[in-house]
Amino acid sequence: MSRPGAGRVPLPLAVPAALAVAFLVLPLVGLLVRAPWSSLGEQLTAPGVGQALRLSLLSATAATAVSLVLGVPLAWVLARSRIRGRTVLRALVTVPLVLPPVVGGVALFLVLGRQGIVGSWLEDAFGITVPFTTAAVVVAQTFVAMPFLVVSVEGALRAADARFEDVAATLGADRWTTFRRVTLPLVAPGVAAGAVLCWARALGEFGATITFAGNFPGTTQTMPTAVYLALQSEPEAAVVLSLVLLAVSLATLLLLRDRWLGRATP
Amino acid sequence: MTLSAQMAVQRGSLALDVAVEVADGEVLAVLGPNGAGKSTLLRVLAGLLPADAGRVAVDGTTWDDDGVHLPPHRRPLGMVFQDALLFPHLSVAENVAFGLRTRGHGRTAARAAADGWLARVGLDGLGGRRPAELSGGQAQRAALARALVGDPALLLLDEPLSALDARTRLTVRAELRRHLAEFAGSTVLVTHDPVDAMALADRVVVVEEGRVVQTGTPTDVGRRPRTDYVARLVGVSLLPGVGEGRTVQLDDGGEVAVAEEVTGPVFAAVRPESVALFLARPVGSPRNVWPLRLAGAVPHGTTVRCELAGAVPLVADVTATAFAELGLAPGSEVWAAVKASEVAVYAR
Repeated sequence: MSRPGAGRVPLPLAVPAALAVAFLVLPLVGLLVRAPWSSLGEQLTAPGVGQALRLSLLSATAATAVSLVLGVPLAWVLARSRIRGRTVLRALVTVPLVLPPVVGGVALFLVLGRQGIVGSWLEDAFGITVPFTTAAVVVAQTFVAMPFLVVSVEGALRAADARFEDVAATLGADRWTTFRRVTLPLVAPGVAAGAVLCWARALGEFGATITFAGNFPGTTQTMPTAVYLALQSEPEAAVVLSLVLLAVSLATLLLLRDRWLGRATP
Repeated sequence: MTLSAQMAVQRGSLALDVAVEVADGEVLAVLGPNGAGKSTLLRVLAGLLPADAGRVAVDGTTWDDDGVHLPPHRRPLGMVFQDALLFPHLSVAENVAFGLRTRGHGRTAARAAADGWLARVGLDGLGGRRPAELSGGQAQRAALARALVGDPALLLLDEPLSALDARTRLTVRAELRRHLAEFAGSTVLVTHDPVDAMALADRVVVVEEGRVVQTGTPTDVGRRPRTDYVARLVGVSLLPGVGEGRTVQLDDGGEVAVAEEVTGPVFAAVRPESVALFLARPVGSPRNVWPLRLAGAVPHGTTVRCELAGAVPLVADVTATAFAELGLAPGSEVWAAVKASEVAVYAR
């Protein structure tokens, strides 16, 4: 297995690598060290914290649900259909992956805000205002997180054997039946991984949320925006909230690791 | 005729232009080398690939024509692929019942029909398994049950045996032969294995580079090949020439004595077991004696298949003992003798 000397790392690589590890891990250690462990239970049950946690979980789950309903079909179109301009379409829908979230928030505001193209129409026709509501939180999180799901599911679809879809067609299944009964079950692990990734991204969403939905406790204040606010007034609460988010992130990572490595190795 | 098809398809460098007709209960084998367009032909029949031009009709119903394209899921057909391709997320019984469910049969009825077919293909009691738990032969049997359960008008078999190991292939081939005999619809079998074609088909169509080069019964194609590809497949030496009385003047030089009077362009075909080899020129009856050179030799069953080069290129089968006694090595000079009555001769 190991070549002689395979374990030895040259010094010019070892030093920067060690520094990188320290840089990535130390802040997390700092978080754990500075955590007010004695008053943790008290802090966690403080009304503001519970509220933000509940809203975060709810909105991230709703954003994931919306992403699944819209994103899986989009991934199918990108992977299977032969429509023109597919490459351009793929580039467009993955822009939110690299776009600074705050820019996304501003863009959403321009479209869905009271003066926005869609927003003004929504208000005139239905009396609905989106910005600074819980719905706005879900919209902002979906905008930022859905591309993760789309990219993950599209990859799974491309890797899946399309011949199974031919078989289904020869067995009397139209394309929708084939999608439901063959394609979707085949790519289920990819969809699940994409959904977890999407949920984690939605849970951590900050920039687009605070720009488009604001930071109102009870309606639009999620964990990340609560952390930001708390840091200015009560740093201990910020640390506690951060700990919760860290725990959720680690859990997500473990879940994905299990799925990915468990499925990838026969 | 229940299947009547004629198609032209351009795919990359392949220009497929063929016509096939298959009667009720008939099995047509499409034999050809890789890339000849056999699978393309099946995909067009299944509706998975639209033809550039042509017509497909089954039982008088038009499936493909100018401006007509019945989508694959509306065609009453069954298809078996080389790798079985059972849906991995469904049980074996659910796989077999799949076609009935999509065509509107109730769950219980579909399940009962699936169990019946699993029993018919010898997979009784394995319906609850996952496809991954089946052997290659069992998976291919299940795939056959899945294709036949809906009682299709047309059965398409795409290299159904080539993914199986030699022993399993033998058993599954025999079973497949029995099921095909019981099947009332038309069958198109695509294969590059002449044994499959000989064992399973009523009629053989040989396709090379997108064109039909020979049609006939399996025996006819095996005895009287018309192209080098078929001749090599069935192990016959094919010698094109011109008949002059009881001799054939070969196009590449050389001369073959035959048993009947022939005139005009003909093929002379020599089976490898008809060729006898000698170290010295044999004396006596054979009218065809040629000095040749051994170009190569490979074991072939209990015999050694010898490739002979010279004025009359031949393939000869000699027993391993005889081969050893002759002391032949590549490059050896050898005399080959063939009786005139052993040479098949037929018009080109």
